[in-house]
Amino acid sequence: MAEIAIKGVAKQFGDFTALHSVDLTIADQEFMVLLGASGCGKTTLLRIIAGLETPSQGEVWIGDRRVDHLPPRERGIAMVFQNYAVFPHLTVFENIAFGLRMAKLPQAEVTRRVTRTAELMHIEQLLKRYSGELSGGQRQRVAVARALAMEPDVILMDEPLSNLDALLRLEMRAELKGVLAESKTTTIYVTHDQVEAMSLADRISVMNGGYIVQADRPTQVYRNPAARFVGSFIGNPPMNFLPAQGTGDGRWQVAGQVFDGPKVEAAEFAIRPEDLHPAEAGLDAEVRVVEPLGPHTLVTAEVAGQPFRAVLESDRAISPGDVIPLAPIPDRIRWFDPDTHKAIQ
Amino acid sequence: MSDVTPPAPRPEEVGRAGRFLFWAGIGLLVLWVLVPIWFLFVNALSAPSEVTSFPKRLWPSFDMASLQFFWNFQGVTRALWNSVKVAVLTMILSIGMGAPAGYALSRFDFPGKEFFRVLVIMTRAFPLPLLALPLAVMFIRTGLDDTVLGLALVHAMLALPFAVLITYSLFSGIPVELEEAAWTLGCTRFQAFVKVVLPLALPGIAASAVFAFVISWNEVFAAAVLTIENRTLTAFLLQSLNVSPLPLKFAGGAALVLPALIFIFAVRKYLFAMWGIANR
Repeated sequence: MAEIAIKGVAKQFGDFTALHSVDLTIADQEFMVLLGASGCGKTTLLRIIAGLETPSQGEVWIGDRRVDHLPPRERGIAMVFQNYAVFPHLTVFENIAFGLRMAKLPQAEVTRRVTRTAELMHIEQLLKRYSGELSGGQRQRVAVARALAMEPDVILMDEPLSNLDALLRLEMRAELKGVLAESKTTTIYVTHDQVEAMSLADRISVMNGGYIVQADRPTQVYRNPAARFVGSFIGNPPMNFLPAQGTGDGRWQVAGQVFDGPKVEAAEFAIRPEDLHPAEAGLDAEVRVVEPLGPHTLVTAEVAGQPFRAVLESDRAISPGDVIPLAPIPDRIRWFDPDTHKAIQ
Repeated sequence: MSDVTPPAPRPEEVGRAGRFLFWAGIGLLVLWVLVPIWFLFVNALSAPSEVTSFPKRLWPSFDMASLQFFWNFQGVTRALWNSVKVAVLTMILSIGMGAPAGYALSRFDFPGKEFFRVLVIMTRAFPLPLLALPLAVMFIRTGLDDTVLGLALVHAMLALPFAVLITYSLFSGIPVELEEAAWTLGCTRFQAFVKVVLPLALPGIAASAVFAFVISWNEVFAAAVLTIENRTLTAFLLQSLNVSPLPLKFAGGAALVLPALIFIFAVRKYLFAMWGIANR
């Protein structure tokens, strides 16, 4: 049973602040994804939880133990590294058995666990090989098997799929999800790939500039971004933003159209590209580029001089230069504070 | 400027010329190394009378007279034994100090790291003759003069820069993630080093140890200055062979070169592995 609590964790490297006082609780058996662009602090946070980095401030709790001053080996964690870190001088069997031997388990138990995890990861025929004789995908499987064999409370994964080619990544993603759900361990998974995050996570923590901007279920993060950054980072294409003029009493004028909105001083209008449809009247979009993608057509346009994207049904003929009125689905419209960039409820 | 431009050489001609230059270069390098060695062994393994003869035989006559005389020469075996002792001690000292320094340089960031690296190389720039007199005086005061340990200390100082820099690049070639993975799998820092880093670095460490051995084995200046009774082979030969006949010089030379050659040959694979060890 391992709930993880991160309390006010901060990290400075010299003058550079990688993490600003981060608070996060991860429930037992939860699959938490730390998502963000490179340099956002997600890997630093993971390494602090692993014990490979010491926090400048704050506490890390795993279960009911405070672990931030313990070495990695005493934290009950296992980690999968981006470059796999499979020991080149040991066979696959000895790689998976490495941690079990360090824990001085009896040989029978070592063999049992290695065999079981190797079967789980479909590498039982590779047990006698060395890492130099394995493909990238196979090495990744060994790395995951090595972590699972420890039967840890927490598995930490640092962009484990980013070195694999696209097809293999898709396959491994589905497999990882199944294996980890079955193992019932708490998982923290770092990635910059939003599709990976959406498909794997119970909850996603979106990070930016050393802060956790939002930590919520994938659909919530997608539908109700807590900040402008989340909307613009998640979604492909990302959310559209347009300036809005308040006309009083919670009514807002956006590119000539009037919408109901929050009763505040200033607000910014936002809508996802797929929440638009062509209508009699709407936001007048001047089409620049049309990209038919099969099921949908991606339209890049300009609305009131702002770049604007829409994902439309592919049965409609649209060509560059057209001006088409696009109506947003009313309950999908979101509003952000133009100063703090936070969502307005 | 001429109106007639020479016809551009055809690609296959360029290729042929390039190949010729390539093999000529290789041939030259090989001869550069092999001719002196061949010369040395032909003369050492031939009868004394043949040494001054011309033309040279391609294959020596395997007359052991020169070598036998050299071997029975008063003090040779003792000097040889001294050389081995000093070289082994140099090897142990330079790796024992150099490998930890190399590890620290590759794994830790500390103030003055770059300066330290330059300093390590700078020690080689310091002329040994300048150091010889004060060193001799100091050794006499501390009782280190004319001892195996004293000479090994000086040789270790000569070999250390190489030991530090070779092991530094060696450890840098081993991804730090391998160590981190070992830590998360239950290792202390020291256990991770012993179980993961050392097996991967061992071939390279062995190679740099052999290198230290050879440096000590071939070193003559410090050996000649700092020892009197306990001469190493080089110092001994410098002193005695000066006044010996030519065949004896060749025999001595061969006796000096052979161990170094055998050693380097034995670890040649590891010397190559030194730069290719990376993540495999």
